[in-house]
Amino acid sequence: MDLCDVSALTSTYALLSKDFRSELRTRYAVNALIMFVVTAVSVIVFALRSEQPDSGVLAGMFWVVVFFTAMSGLSRAFVSEEERGTVLTLQLVATPSVVYFGKLLFNTVLTVSMVLAVTALYMVVFSGFVIRSPDIFFLTVLLGSLGLASASTIIAAIIAKANTRGTLYPVLSFPVLIVLLMTVMSATGKALDGEPFASAGADFMVLLSYIMVMTGGSYLLFDFIWKD
Amino acid sequence: MAVLKVAAVVLVTIVLLGGIAIPLAASPQSFFEFPVIPGLEEKARNIFFHVPVAWTTVVAFLVSMVYGILYLRTKKIDYDIISVSSAGLGFIFCFLATITGALWAKFNWGSFWNWDPRETSIFVLLLIYGAYFALRSALDTEEKRATLSAAYSIVAGLTVPFFIFVLPRLVSGLHPGSGGDIDGSGPVVEFKMSANMLVFFFMGLAGFNLLYVWILNLRVRTMRLEYAQSHEQS
Amino acid sequence: MTPFTVRGTNLGKTFNRKVIFREVSFELGRTSSLAITGRNGSGKSTLVKIIAGLLSPSAGSVAIEDGGQILDESRQREHLGLVSPYLQLYDEFTALENIEILSRIRGIKTLERDHVQSLLTTFSLWDRRNDALRVYSSGMKQRLKYVFALVHRPTVLILDEPTSNLDSEGVESVKHVVRDQKSRGIMIIATNEAQEAKWCDEALHLG
Repeated sequence: MDLCDVSALTSTYALLSKDFRSELRTRYAVNALIMFVVTAVSVIVFALRSEQPDSGVLAGMFWVVVFFTAMSGLSRAFVSEEERGTVLTLQLVATPSVVYFGKLLFNTVLTVSMVLAVTALYMVVFSGFVIRSPDIFFLTVLLGSLGLASASTIIAAIIAKANTRGTLYPVLSFPVLIVLLMTVMSATGKALDGEPFASAGADFMVLLSYIMVMTGGSYLLFDFIWKD
Repeated sequence: MAVLKVAAVVLVTIVLLGGIAIPLAASPQSFFEFPVIPGLEEKARNIFFHVPVAWTTVVAFLVSMVYGILYLRTKKIDYDIISVSSAGLGFIFCFLATITGALWAKFNWGSFWNWDPRETSIFVLLLIYGAYFALRSALDTEEKRATLSAAYSIVAGLTVPFFIFVLPRLVSGLHPGSGGDIDGSGPVVEFKMSANMLVFFFMGLAGFNLLYVWILNLRVRTMRLEYAQSHEQS
Repeated sequence: MTPFTVRGTNLGKTFNRKVIFREVSFELGRTSSLAITGRNGSGKSTLVKIIAGLLSPSAGSVAIEDGGQILDESRQREHLGLVSPYLQLYDEFTALENIEILSRIRGIKTLERDHVQSLLTTFSLWDRRNDALRVYSSGMKQRLKYVFALVHRPTVLILDEPTSNLDSEGVESVKHVVRDQKSRGIMIIATNEAQEAKWCDEALHLG
């Protein structure tokens, strides 16, 4: 895709806006994500009873909820097209690059919104969840969401063509996401503990390179996955 | 091919016998005595099996990934046959590496599993292999199986460099040679092994790799025959 | 109008070790028309998908040339229009929204309102243009597929089972479209019906 190609940008934006408009009308993905977040956090609260976990545990639990919520909602980008038979239509009107970036951007917006929602919920529910280094926290949220969306999107494209999509999605995504999860959990822990920004520098480097490698690799692979 | 097979059998046998039988001595006199490595002592024998097997599983994964890439570019089903055969072998070697690693961990550090970076890496590789085969079993047509599993192995392969280079620097570990290694007994990295141990070690490395090549060859040839046979029938 | 060619050379397709068809070749220029015939399962829809660039052939290739220059994949889309039972449009959007959104995804920034109106009117959908596809009958959906296929004035029009779900009025509109397409561009029809096959000058039989 030629990045200076205006019509490709128009197409990508049009696909993105189609997905948003569709989402606004049907609210499938948003409903699933909200319900899942609320349910997951509720289960955790009940399991802990009145215990308030420390920052390390909270950081870990935060991303566990994010991971499973992502697994419940991010595959829709491709699975919905397969289920409704509109894959052929998209293949007819759009180039693979347009489809990839459109879906990636859609999933990214969904992920960032979801992570912010989980943050808000955690701040309300867990007294130990105090963001002492907001600079670390918000950069982690941003980079973590980008990385999560990137890996989740390409895996979603892969499993959309398979039979047992629901269970396959987390099974395939987890090994690929472990590096990301370990890094964001470590950085989030530092953010809750009030560490200086520089201490998370290595984490951010890892996250940035992960995003670049994942997005670049996915873009190159997408043509092969998308076209029959 | 016959030379490879003989070499594989000879090497692995020597390593199995020598690795287990040769006694340790404080200052080794003959070829048939190993030095005592502080922190490891008798447990050092695992080095002859664990490291080559772990090494081979990574090689098998890379081979599988490379042939996956070749399949994507040429669409020749033979490449997919090699890719899946290598992955199957890699899976088995990965189990062996995990088990020999866990046993060593138990004797050395007290517990079977500690989430040290290298342990985590081998576990992730095990998960990747598992996911690869789960994906393949969920796809109907041969073409889709080949294309999508090749794509997945590439995506998973993209994260492997992060494990090898990045994680050990972020998280201190117990493995010899990584951050938290107190005694500094990193036998492989710092070559604290004596010359005769090195001989056995490299024989083990070569032997297990040749074993891998041999079995891979057998599997590929078998699958090719099965493929040709079903092709004729349809 | 520049010379335009669609050429299939030795096309073959194999699925799961079963050969669907092999060694299919054809060459079509402006005003040519091709009927692809064969019983159910002979691979007509598969061949249609290959020509439309939606499926890769196992052997051979399809070349689309505009004025002697071979078009690469990204440029081929704007010249192709397809109506097929495998094509689905978006249920949650109205007819007009579907046309607008899909055209914009195609890269067409401004829609020609008059052209869209005339197409919708030809296929008796103008009055129902603001209804969501969810409430459309299968016949109406089929007619909308024609509007979708024609809105960008494709040089190559491919119809897979052109009259499925259509009443006699719909069939008349289709005949009109076929006549028009044959006069300016390339017409390809895949069908079981002998009547429809007769609309084309050349024929290719599969199976």
